[in-house]
Amino acid sequence: MKPMTITEKILATKAGKDFVQAGETHWCKIDRIFTHDPCSPGVIGIFNKEFGEDAPIFSKQNYIMIPDHFVYTTDDLANGNLVLMREFAKRKGVEHFYDVGTPDYKGVCHVAMVEGGHVRPNELMLGTDSHTVTAGAFGCFAIGVGNTDAAYALGTGEILLKVPQSIKVQIEGKMPDAVSAKDLILFLLGQLGVNGATYKTLEFCGSTLEAMGAEERMTLCNMATEAGAKSGIIAPNQASTDYLRALGLEPEEGLQADEGANYIQTIKIEASKMVPIVAKPNSPDHSARVTEVSGTKVNQVYLGSCTGGKLEDFRAFAAQVAGRKVQVPTFAVPATQSVFNDLIKEKIAGVSLYEILQAAGVLIAPNAGCAACCGGPKGTFGRVDTALTVVSTTNRNFPGRMGNKEARVFLTSAQTAAATALMGVITDPRNLN
Amino acid sequence: MRIVKGLPLVLPKNVDTDQILTAEYMKINPSTQSGREQLGRLAFCGLVQGNGGIIDLETGKSNYSVILAGENFGCGSSREHAPVALGAAGFKVVVSPSFARIFYRNCISTGELLPLEAPELDISEVTKNEDVTIDLEKMELYLSSAQKTLKLNPLGDVAGVVAAGGLFAFARQQGRI
Ligand code: SF4
Repeated sequence: MKPMTITEKILATKAGKDFVQAGETHWCKIDRIFTHDPCSPGVIGIFNKEFGEDAPIFSKQNYIMIPDHFVYTTDDLANGNLVLMREFAKRKGVEHFYDVGTPDYKGVCHVAMVEGGHVRPNELMLGTDSHTVTAGAFGCFAIGVGNTDAAYALGTGEILLKVPQSIKVQIEGKMPDAVSAKDLILFLLGQLGVNGATYKTLEFCGSTLEAMGAEERMTLCNMATEAGAKSGIIAPNQASTDYLRALGLEPEEGLQADEGANYIQTIKIEASKMVPIVAKPNSPDHSARVTEVSGTKVNQVYLGSCTGGKLEDFRAFAAQVAGRKVQVPTFAVPATQSVFNDLIKEKIAGVSLYEILQAAGVLIAPNAGCAACCGGPKGTFGRVDTALTVVSTTNRNFPGRMGNKEARVFLTSAQTAAATALMGVITDPRNLN
Repeated sequence: MRIVKGLPLVLPKNVDTDQILTAEYMKINPSTQSGREQLGRLAFCGLVQGNGGIIDLETGKSNYSVILAGENFGCGSSREHAPVALGAAGFKVVVSPSFARIFYRNCISTGELLPLEAPELDISEVTKNEDVTIDLEKMELYLSSAQKTLKLNPLGDVAGVVAAGGLFAFARQQGRI
């Protein structure tokens, strides 16, 4: 049999074949699907129209409903969407519905999926959100879909998929201090451009990845979509396996690419030469070294999202700001409630991360969620309402993404965001003494 | 629909889904009639210049039926609200050298509007205020001002879904549901 990439291997099993190759189109069986609050009503509407209100869903355990975008708001439409989700969850007996205002509430879907134990190696997962690719960090083929495809999969457990070609991204060596996965992916986006991987999978490999923690791997896969990729995927390592074990899972061994598998392109990155990177306004591929824009005055710093609001990001941020004061309004939004709880539990020199941030003058959101990453309704915590210059650990800086269309948003790692918050101007974290 | 002729709305490259439909309006339910109408009125509300000249705010319909855009049209979010907004506003066809994957897929699955790839399309050659003609049988785009005929990529594997009018209709034709 001809050699296959990880993507081809997973999709072959889901298509019920021994072998598939890039370019073929197959009906594939899905393992799991989630929908979040802005897309659930559309999915439910299409499901009811096409299958009928009384039709069963493909699985009660493997359809996960996650409110995260427009939550804890006074907006009527947004709250109406939550009512629709509740009704549907009840009627269909959905087992995993992480409802707002209950102890089950989690927060940002991509991190919530992992925490809930719904992300596993070798599976095919769908979500109504482009950053569903985050789950690739655990060797899962995960893709974002629209409402119609989601509704179809919800009723049938199937999706029509074209097997994508793969680009191999090989990252070797030890990462320097103050450089993180966010810098790597911003650097890569600069190389690929916002459509450099359209229709394709980014398959990451190399010694840097083998040594990398699970959340950093998530950051890398998360932004694969910013290059237009259909998915990002990494074969599991010890850290990602341990991460799932700590959640009570016993993950199966992850599939590896075959020797001689077909890649349409190979990109090599030497991690030891990496430096802190920013994406300048108004596109995630406007990469520059932080040193090229350092000194730029900023009006606001934002720490949050599925990309930059995980525990690792908060740890890195807190380590920088400990014992100091931020110079500009700085908003921090934990991606999930569990990250929030860990801020209180985890300590540096006897002081909790939460207290460190508070003492530094950082404003911490009362609830986890997407918050201002995508703007949100007026009044959303951290929303950019005027034409400010912002440094943010999120993943997109298209015009208007965080609220105001004239705002200038620079995307950075948590370390660079912390250094910038402390100085009030864009600052390379390596130059912070 | 074999020939589509009309005044094109000409847009640059990398028009993302936030410019087609800003994230805050994702709270609107696209599967209801009133939601669809609201979305139609909001089509392209995220463009820096706004959608004033594009959508007739009285009727909620677009002044154009064809979009000619630079590469990577529809990048960003997976929101199906974006193609629904364009379909509801009356856009029929969008031509670009390349599309973002999920946007392309959503156009096909919903049947809201037809995405056509014209690798050689250079929007700087398109004169505004001049009709363009798209021949869906020959798969060609004719730009009268530039006196140019551009090839459109064949639809390939998705042709069946397009012909059926969307994913559900296709699956029914195939006897899958
Ligand atoms: S945090 Fe931002 S990028 Fe992530 S799912 Fe929420 S809105 Fe999307």
